[in-house]
Amino acid sequence: MANTIPILLVLSCIFLLGSSRLRVSIRMVAVQGLLLGVLPLLQGDALLRQEMWLFSLGSIAVKGIALPWLLLYVLQKMNIRREIEPLISFSASILIGIVLLGLSCWVALSPRLASGEISPVTLTAALYLVMTGLFLIVSRRKAITQTLGYLVMENGIYTIGVGIGNEFPFIVEMGVLLDVFVGIFLMGIMMFHIDREFDHIDTDRFTELSDRITTYESPAEWKEMKS
Amino acid sequence: MKTISCILPLSAWLLAPLMLGIINRIKAFFAGRQGQSVFQLYYDLAKLLKKGSVYSRTTSRVFRYVPSVVLSAMVLATLMIPWGGLPAPVSFAGDLILLAYLLGAARFAMVLAALDTGSSFEGMGASREVQFAALAEPSLFLGMVVLAIQTGHGGLSDIFASLTSASWQSAPALLFLVACSWMVLLLCENSRIPIDDPNTHLELTMIHEVMVLDYGGPDLGYMLYAAALKLWIFSALLVNLLVPSQLIGHWMQIPLFLVGMVIMATLVGVVESIMARLRLMQVPNLLIGAGALGAMVLILKLVG
Repeated sequence: MANTIPILLVLSCIFLLGSSRLRVSIRMVAVQGLLLGVLPLLQGDALLRQEMWLFSLGSIAVKGIALPWLLLYVLQKMNIRREIEPLISFSASILIGIVLLGLSCWVALSPRLASGEISPVTLTAALYLVMTGLFLIVSRRKAITQTLGYLVMENGIYTIGVGIGNEFPFIVEMGVLLDVFVGIFLMGIMMFHIDREFDHIDTDRFTELSDRITTYESPAEWKEMKS
Repeated sequence: MKTISCILPLSAWLLAPLMLGIINRIKAFFAGRQGQSVFQLYYDLAKLLKKGSVYSRTTSRVFRYVPSVVLSAMVLATLMIPWGGLPAPVSFAGDLILLAYLLGAARFAMVLAALDTGSSFEGMGASREVQFAALAEPSLFLGMVVLAIQTGHGGLSDIFASLTSASWQSAPALLFLVACSWMVLLLCENSRIPIDDPNTHLELTMIHEVMVLDYGGPDLGYMLYAAALKLWIFSALLVNLLVPSQLIGHWMQIPLFLVGMVIMATLVGVVESIMARLRLMQVPNLLIGAGALGAMVLILKLVG
């Protein structure tokens, strides 16, 4: 029963690897944020401690509500709905995801890590979140999916922090949460402006970006020049 | 105990066509139609068995043997399906592998017959059937391995007899995910809607239906009946998983399971009514997803 949340986290990662719809992917990351918010409350006597509630509410507010809302808002302003041609296809991503799950399980069970008080399933899920996040960053073209990958990766690090529990200072977690919030906020604003100026957010075309474009009146005019 | 065990395959043989009737009735209800009788498949089978057979001159003996092979494989497979605490008439450690390969043998025979007709449509259907089956089979095996680890037994009857509500309490998420992956498997193996449309009339888009296109008379009857038994087998596995064996007496298990089967048929009917068929290119993604689900559950089961 205690393993349900880590299992759901792993499941959401597999979903992210196989989904092409950006809106659904963002919602899935929001679900991850909510699950992560509940996770610290299930650790030992956490329900009785005030700062744990604060911590949990803070992460739900930032990761489950604020950041997904921001990304959805950015997505709405942009003219893309799907990740069309990822560098690695969706089925291949899922299969690689299973290999990564095996890998993270192997790492989690290695004696050096397994000795702590963190349960092996939670540790596996945490490592898997980190790996999925990295994989999403390297295998997808759209900047918004890569931002999601970054967020998933951070979720993994957070899960390890929660699993270790008391040894991880509360104030550090809150600081990291703030950093992530600012980071994603900046990425969102950047994506918004890049999409405005260049009509795309494909990262493999970012090399073409330069301030030369500012001399043209509008993106449409720039497109004509390019073609 | 012996007599109870015999009821299981007997009821499967008698009631399997009823499941398809229920599915059709649910679909008719959703479409606002009156729908055919629940017993329609029985009438169809009776009519087909009375007819004579017509064979194409391109076909060889293989084509004529196949319906009996398919039907006997399915009949044998039903002998191994337990109902919760009730053991099946045939049960031994590792019978789940025999079950999977009986189904595989039936599929192989059907593909051979389809290729034997020399029709390009049937060849195409055979190719798709084999492709999707290869992608779907891992989820059956991975789910079975998870259940075997969970219960510590290697035979179907033992596995489902020791799968109690306590196992659901200890690992609810994992067992539920196995059930999800098996649901996709059921829809794929029985060529139901998100993967294949049993009512389609265009050979280009058919998968299972196009393979039996050249059969008529008793042979077609065999094939239809075998398909009904296959649906029964997969639904029974799923019902076994979802309704853990209770200690309410063996005689109560039978009505409980029949109710479970009716609910399963209703579920398939609802899925067929509310979902559109996937594009053919999307089907492998769904099946790989189901297989990945199975693999994920197995890995997590091994971890903790």
